[in-house]
Amino acid sequence: MESTHSAHAGRFPWAHIVGYILSLVLTAAAFWLVLAHKAGLATTLVVIVLLGVLQILVQLFFFMHITESDGPAWHTVMLLVGFLFVVAIVGGSIWIMSFGGQVVA
Amino acid sequence: MLEQVKDFASHFFVTGDPLIYGADVSIVVVSLAIIFVLTYFKRWGWLWREWLTTVDHKRIGIMYLIAALLMLFRGGVDGLLMRTQLALPNLHFLEAEHYDQIFTTHGTIMILFMAMPFIFALFNIVVPLQIGARDVAFPYLNAISFWLFFFGALLLNISFVIGGSPDAGWVSYPPLAELGFDPGPGENFYLLAILISGIGSVATGINFMATILKMRAPGMTLMRMPMFTWSVLVTSMIIIFAFPALTVALALLFIDRLVGAHFFTLTGGGDPMQFVNLFWIWGHPEVYIVILPAFGVFSEVVATFSRKRLFGYSAMVASLVLIGIVSYLVWVHHFFTMGASADVNTFFAIASMVIAIPTGVKIFNWLFTMYKGRIRMTMPMLWTIAFVPCFAIGGATGVMLAVAPADYQYHNSYFLIAHFHQVLIGGVVFGMLAGMYYWWPKMFGFKLDERIGRWAFWFFNIGFYVCFMPQYALGFMGMTRRMYTYPEGLGWGPLNFISTIGAYMMGIGFIILVWDIVYSIRYGERDLTGDPWDGRTLEWSLPSPAPHYNFARIPVVTGRDAWWIMKYQMKPEERPDLGPIRPIHMPKNSGRPFIMGVAFFVSGFGFVFNWFVPAIAGLVVVVLCLILRSFEYDAEYYIPVHEIEETEAALGRL
Amino acid sequence: MSVAVHPNPSHGPQGAAVETEHGHEHDNGSLYVLGFWLFIIQDLILFSCLFATYLVMQGRTAGGPTPKELFDVPGFSWETFLLLTSSFTCGLATFQLRRGKAASTIGWLVVTVLLGLGFVGLEANEFVTNALEGATMQRSGFLSAFYTLVGTHGCHVSLGIGWVILLMIQLARRGVTPVTFRKVFIWSIYWHFLDIVWVFIYTAVYLNGLAR
Repeated sequence: MESTHSAHAGRFPWAHIVGYILSLVLTAAAFWLVLAHKAGLATTLVVIVLLGVLQILVQLFFFMHITESDGPAWHTVMLLVGFLFVVAIVGGSIWIMSFGGQVVA
Repeated sequence: MLEQVKDFASHFFVTGDPLIYGADVSIVVVSLAIIFVLTYFKRWGWLWREWLTTVDHKRIGIMYLIAALLMLFRGGVDGLLMRTQLALPNLHFLEAEHYDQIFTTHGTIMILFMAMPFIFALFNIVVPLQIGARDVAFPYLNAISFWLFFFGALLLNISFVIGGSPDAGWVSYPPLAELGFDPGPGENFYLLAILISGIGSVATGINFMATILKMRAPGMTLMRMPMFTWSVLVTSMIIIFAFPALTVALALLFIDRLVGAHFFTLTGGGDPMQFVNLFWIWGHPEVYIVILPAFGVFSEVVATFSRKRLFGYSAMVASLVLIGIVSYLVWVHHFFTMGASADVNTFFAIASMVIAIPTGVKIFNWLFTMYKGRIRMTMPMLWTIAFVPCFAIGGATGVMLAVAPADYQYHNSYFLIAHFHQVLIGGVVFGMLAGMYYWWPKMFGFKLDERIGRWAFWFFNIGFYVCFMPQYALGFMGMTRRMYTYPEGLGWGPLNFISTIGAYMMGIGFIILVWDIVYSIRYGERDLTGDPWDGRTLEWSLPSPAPHYNFARIPVVTGRDAWWIMKYQMKPEERPDLGPIRPIHMPKNSGRPFIMGVAFFVSGFGFVFNWFVPAIAGLVVVVLCLILRSFEYDAEYYIPVHEIEETEAALGRL
Repeated sequence: MSVAVHPNPSHGPQGAAVETEHGHEHDNGSLYVLGFWLFIIQDLILFSCLFATYLVMQGRTAGGPTPKELFDVPGFSWETFLLLTSSFTCGLATFQLRRGKAASTIGWLVVTVLLGLGFVGLEANEFVTNALEGATMQRSGFLSAFYTLVGTHGCHVSLGIGWVILLMIQLARRGVTPVTFRKVFIWSIYWHFLDIVWVFIYTAVYLNGLAR
């Protein structure tokens, strides 16, 4: 408890500032990629989704204190299973509902 | 003025059908009788203090149980009405519209307002006692869950006398369920009732997951948990992951109906199949939400009444978790015939068949637990043994349905009806009844009568096969679900007639079951030991019924089947010293969960009729309740030591 | 052990039975934090269903405006900037909270709320502008899905603002106690979560629409 406490309660919130800058950079990168039309559609979409995933990690580790827990980190386990199901729901829905070419890919 | 009132009333109240008038009369009579009894015996205060405001998980569990049995009755009557209509060709016992309403409410009630409260009843009654806890993680939230369920159920049930019942099937597929094809308030009742009770269900899932993960007695590692608790843990996980999909599906449909959006309409770029997709993202895991707790019950019952440890504990856990995960990846098998690509159907067909493997593992483990055990044929054990062949047939026909190309033949035929009744009745209802018989003495302090129980069991069981086996054949003969009558000359008459006989046998079985309860209240064998079945898990270490704080001292667990070890394997000097009794910290009762339920009901009722004043007013009260709760800092109290000692002494435990 | 866990049972959170016979208390702080994470996870699934619906419907414009025609680049860029910054200031509030400083915690929370209000204001402005141009929810499947997804997020943000105002009152009255600590900490998880959801709305809705 003491170690995490002191790590978080230092005099200056370095972690937060790094997290903030990272989140702004990641956002701007995605923004630039789309507005400047530097790559094809498929590449662009893949890259901006990956940048979004990096943003999640920034929020989770720099702001949401995902690593903090008392005993086993059940919330992390559930979150990981949750992400699996999010992929299943979103990816699955697009896949399933693409019948008859009705979803614009 | 009078004309206006008349006109309003003729739309507001359902009119025209003698069955409905009969229901009106009986509702008024029963309500007056309840009010009279409560007033005459001066029980209003008692009702409020002891039940409506309680946060005790055991009492909330009992209220869930009563609600579940009432809903089993209502849904069962719906079923009997349908079977009566179908007994012979060309009958006009029910008109088409009425038949539509009845199959809709039958399905909705049985899944959401019978099976769900039944499993929640057992969650509440059993889990804290099995893991050595004094309550659930969030008792106040638990009470809110119950009242949201209760008032959601009430909202759906009043629809058949006020406004009209929903009639678009329990799955409520658009475009049929859209405003253009289904303009009455019935569909709104369906949507709002399920949305309201759905909030409660998610909260219950969160509550029990947190309870099991964080509040186990010292020494109870995950792999020492009783199997029922394991099943509740996995079920809670599925609830958390599945119920939001139902909320979204129904909310979007409601938005379509309320403001004219185009999610699922045929015009304006809507896509009805997206509703079907979302609905089954919830709908398939839901099947496992209701069946896994039943598996948990069977595991407890089989071990107790075979006087053996559960065979293959780790395999049981692994198969539970596997079912929990894979259940999430099979939802398309409910709409193979939509016309998705062959790749999609292949993937989901294989995933559906894969589920049979862990399920098979569990069936074999129960059989191996019984093997060479000293089996006692009590009521819980009878229901469990009856489950095995029933579920095996249901599972096998399920694998048949999972074969996507073949499904094009059986889809929405009576073959499907027979299949899912076989797994839901043979699995869930048998399981819940086994659990009810098993834990009844723990809830009320007396056993249910075994002799009467056997009559109920045999009527229900034989009735089940008589009712549903012919339906497999009817499905092959081309009879599709939801048809309200059929002509002569198709050869369906005799099988339908047999099926109806079976349904009535099940109805008789239910009446005998109720008689068993009534009889046993008076004459049932009292449970003075707290351990009437020679049980294995911690709930049997407590008096029956358990005191409201459950454990005067929290036990220390040294292995699986903790109570069995304490009873038979531990020498007195090995018993861990639990120390002196200390004051116990408990949550205070609160009337707010009940008030929030009422507020949600008022709001939901307002939205059903597009009356926005009560709709908004109800929501305002909900928000006020939340704010008051946020500022509440003295919601708990201590039970002093002398009071605990007096209670324990009165129970003969000191 | 997390700092969100508190040893003082007299300030113990509402509800759960606290003491065991062995002198160790159930960690109510961490119990509530776990419960709230589970709530966040169900909310995650809820949003993923809305995202799935949006992605299925984004091409179904029924002759109405397409995403590219509808989206206003400066508008959603400012919204994104405000929300990312509010997530940062929320982080600073919890930083001060851990140091036990009620006043500066409240100060950063006020900044966070103002940024949140700015976000909600811009979003409301975007919605109204669109609607006045005829791009209402009733126009097409795409617009129904767009307003519902983005609007659900906006409702969450608005609720978060109302919620934290209640917490600021409690912080001002009671200072940083185990209970107020736990409450603000839980709220901060909620707020950061909304930021994550917004990042995906930004990516999957706005940028995705513009990339086509």
